Amino acid sequence: MSEKKVVLDIRNFSVSFEQYERGFQKTGLPVIRNLDVTVHEGEMVAVVGSSGSGKSLLAHGILGILPYNATMGGEIWYEGELLTEKRQKMLRGNEIVLVPQSVAFLDPLMKIGPQICKGKKDKASKKRLDRIFQGYHLKEEVQQLYPFELSGGMNRRVLVSTALMGTPKLVIADEPTPGLHMDMVRRVMSHFRELADQGAGVLLITHDLEQALEVADRVVVFYAGTTVEDAATADFQSEEKLRHPYSKALWRALPQNGFQFIQGTQPYVKELPKGCPFGPRCEDCNGECLGVIPYREVEGGRVRCVHA
Amino acid sequence: MEKKEYLIFIGKHVVRMLLLLFFVSATAFTLISVSPIDPLQANVGQAALGSMSQEQIAKLQAYWGVGKPPVERFFAWAWDFFRGDMGVSLLYHRPVAEVIGVKLVNSLWLMTIAWILSGIVGFVLGILSGIREGSLLDRMIKGYSLLIASTPAFWLALVLLMIFAVWLKVLPIGLSVPIGVEASGVTIADRIQHAILPAITLSITGVANITLHTREKMIEIMESDYVLFAKARGESTYSIVKNHALRNVILPAITLQFASISEIFGGSVLVEQVFSYPGLGQAAVTAGLGSDVPLLLGITVISAMFVFGGNLIANILYGIIDPRIRRGGAGA
Repeated sequence: MSEKKVVLDIRNFSVSFEQYERGFQKTGLPVIRNLDVTVHEGEMVAVVGSSGSGKSLLAHGILGILPYNATMGGEIWYEGELLTEKRQKMLRGNEIVLVPQSVAFLDPLMKIGPQICKGKKDKASKKRLDRIFQGYHLKEEVQQLYPFELSGGMNRRVLVSTALMGTPKLVIADEPTPGLHMDMVRRVMSHFRELADQGAGVLLITHDLEQALEVADRVVVFYAGTTVEDAATADFQSEEKLRHPYSKALWRALPQNGFQFIQGTQPYVKELPKGCPFGPRCEDCNGECLGVIPYREVEGGRVRCVHA
Repeated sequence: MEKKEYLIFIGKHVVRMLLLLFFVSATAFTLISVSPIDPLQANVGQAALGSMSQEQIAKLQAYWGVGKPPVERFFAWAWDFFRGDMGVSLLYHRPVAEVIGVKLVNSLWLMTIAWILSGIVGFVLGILSGIREGSLLDRMIKGYSLLIASTPAFWLALVLLMIFAVWLKVLPIGLSVPIGVEASGVTIADRIQHAILPAITLSITGVANITLHTREKMIEIMESDYVLFAKARGESTYSIVKNHALRNVILPAITLQFASISEIFGGSVLVEQVFSYPGLGQAAVTAGLGSDVPLLLGITVISAMFVFGGNLIANILYGIIDPRIRRGGAGA
């Protein structure tokens, strides 16, 4: 793994929203505070966090399409260079691609073919599209359909197709399998696995740990706006190998490990505890956990916990 | 669409239109029959009336239909209308169809110009404004539209009249043709010159509404998931507008454009009054004030048909343009 090139390196990434509270008082709403992720060539990394925890903002941050009232902090490095706004504009849709959640992200009034080609009508685009469609066993007629005419199975393949018009080196899949049954999930995931095997880095953003464990090489656990652990998928085979108490709790909550849940819920961004966000729900929490918790390398992974 | 569905579609709309026309004309009739205007006093004059004999007055009363039960009068009118006879205008002493024909042509000039101008300008301004909500351009266009939308049409008409006809003297002060010229001597240029001010007034007021609606729709589109995804795929703002925004804003714009026929119709009544422009709107006012029931009802029905027709065209076009309806069947 170490000899492979780093495609994406996100350090201390944060996103906060400006909000008006009681009249005209402006406050910042720090939805993401400390997010660190690295994606190597040919690697599939899953960022796992609960629904509604702002994971999509990571994708939008990398692509530079955050809403106007959001402020971004930290550093995003792409292929060894800082990813500036100018580079984002140049690379998105070409080297850095997003695969969205559903067909709701497609223009309802534009036919699939032209839409994937971004309205371009040149021969090269058309040829490329034909090749992609062949690869995914999509009939040529599908190009003439509107998004609402696609069947569930075609949907996913069409969405993945949108990523292939460029030459993707980094694929960001934002919750690509919402509400699908496991068979379908496996099939969709196999498309991403393929992309990774062809050399692209894949960043999978999901709330489903089970699904992530099935396909990803590494899993990054996201809790209350922070990445708490970065572990190889293999580490999830036993509780002892995991580093952070929250990851352990997630492990115990898996069906095959006993379905045990811990008390409490993730804190709301405005009511975050001091120090470790997981503190109030953690059995080992003590005075040390109230300070700044560094993200440390531990046994080939990383963890944001003083006890590990 | 299947042939059978097509027939059902037409049938449904014909029934709907007949019902609408019935209720609209009945309402107009009720309003005019409960109005306090005495047709004799209004049209003959108090002084003339005083000098007339009882027989003469009785004759006039019969002419204006005073004393006959309103329901009977209405149904007599409706039956004739249904057979194609719109009756005779009591004020103009000519068949209603003929009067409306002349007035309508005059008004159509104005309304068509205003309709097209306000539609195009409003659409373009709305899109420019909605591309970037809160930009300087957006705030300027929005401010202008709100200002115009809250300006009464007749006031605007008076202001334009003062500027262009009274002070600058570049455009005629009113009417649709020059005064003192034989009908055969009136040129197209004359007609256009007389239509400019009323048409511009109507356009300016119409633009505001269309701009604000288009802008609203445009903002909604620019915030949609598909535009976000298009951005994520590296499409430029120009490409997004060309590929996605125009495509999606055109449908509501069409509905809006055809629905705005009613507003242009309504606006023309006031504007024609200010410019003494002999169109349908002015005829409606004259008929209303003079208790000319056949003419008023005739105009009411024609206007209602126009508005209904506008909405119907919008519906049909929607079905042709929107692939979700065209290909998926209604409601799919």
